[in-house]
Amino acid sequence: MGLAKRIIPCLDVTAGRVVKGVNFVELKDAGDPVEIARRYDEQGADELTFLDITASSDDRDLILGIIEAVAAQVFIPLTVGGGVRAVEDVRRLLNAGADKVSINTSAVQNPQLVADASGRYGSQCIVVAVDAKRVPGDGPLRWEVYTHGGRRATGLDAVEWGRRMQALGAGEILLTSMDRDGTRIGFDLELTRAFSSALDIPVIASGGVGNLDHLADGVIIGHADAVLAASIFHYGEYTVRQAKQHMAQRGIEVRL
Amino acid sequence: MSIDIAVIDYGMGNLRSVSKAIEHVAPGCRVVVTGDPREVAAAARVVFPGQGAMPDCMREMEARGLRRALLDAARDKPFLGICIGLQMLFDHSEEGDTPGLGLLPGRVRRFPAERMTGADGSKLKVPHMGWNEVEQVPHVLWSGIPDRSRFYFVHSYYPEPADEALVAGWSRYPFRFACAAARGNVFAVQFHPEKSHDAGLRLLANFVAWAPSA
Repeated sequence: MGLAKRIIPCLDVTAGRVVKGVNFVELKDAGDPVEIARRYDEQGADELTFLDITASSDDRDLILGIIEAVAAQVFIPLTVGGGVRAVEDVRRLLNAGADKVSINTSAVQNPQLVADASGRYGSQCIVVAVDAKRVPGDGPLRWEVYTHGGRRATGLDAVEWGRRMQALGAGEILLTSMDRDGTRIGFDLELTRAFSSALDIPVIASGGVGNLDHLADGVIIGHADAVLAASIFHYGEYTVRQAKQHMAQRGIEVRL
Repeated sequence: MSIDIAVIDYGMGNLRSVSKAIEHVAPGCRVVVTGDPREVAAAARVVFPGQGAMPDCMREMEARGLRRALLDAARDKPFLGICIGLQMLFDHSEEGDTPGLGLLPGRVRRFPAERMTGADGSKLKVPHMGWNEVEQVPHVLWSGIPDRSRFYFVHSYYPEPADEALVAGWSRYPFRFACAAARGNVFAVQFHPEKSHDAGLRLLANFVAWAPSA
């Protein structure tokens, strides 16, 4: 026995509220991030990821209060991403109680941010989120990095980009397939595997989960170190515990 | 007002998780996050966390004049090292070829790339990140925690105590390594009890209640 593969529920937060139809039974307040975090914690989530999708900069600081409140009650690792532009943003999130900060668009605009933040706070707390999309055509499989929530192409080769982020001090990669995100047909396993074999740091697979076999496939076929999912947990189809039991049945080491 | 527990702050990242977890298990205690050697001296118990790179941690710790206070505290107070706080207690770390406090004999080594292969041939990533089992060596701080409970780890370096009698817990990645060390009133862990759910909170509660016999 050894290190367990992780299951990470992801919560999209905007203006202090969790969005997406959260469907827990008996939840007093369906959008309350603290209550949802506690529920996932009770189900055995290994970590939680908060993605701040707040559009208005006026409401940006609300995430800090949420993280403070969650961190006072939930004693598992917390990752926060969305709108991180400067080392100062990283500092404020860590001080609020985040254990890791995820950097996405800003890493492309300013790769030095990854080096500066990991140099200052350690690579263990710097996650680089990579949104990747298949490049159509014949020849070897390739993926391109997208930013701004998948709207803007960068021209960067995704695997090369992952290597560069690792070299600059990223401690982990949160890898989302833009082709699969929202489709519920499973991870892009070839993408996941390409990253996992190219990199020495852990890779979290994301985008496309529709059932529990998809999670297990991410680990067994994609070689992911952790799997992230939002809707299958939010809509109450499966609990984190069920997901872990299923992965264990397929021979994956999990924390039960 | 006396300080029950001092959490040492030398400017290296997030101490909120540690202090919040201790407050959670010890609601009546006065927990102070401090980089002031006088407050460390005034505390009944000391928690020494750390994250980031060991050379930076040592430098920042020294810059705040904390060496003396830490060594004094480790002499007779219940003392808990966490993560880099454990690594700094040893003689030396391979990370940046950095001397430690030399409180515990031994070295801190990097997970060697050539050995990072799992039993099934898979590549093992560094940092060692996630929940791993801890094989306990009997110690009162493990009270009420089932042996082989999982704790949350995130590290690229691990301690190699010079004397196996110092080892209070083992983990595997892929080889066996010491993930907890203890001597007298000092207990130190490589994992993060403050992020390790019930098992971690229990360890912190045990520390808060710990009365080591000198």
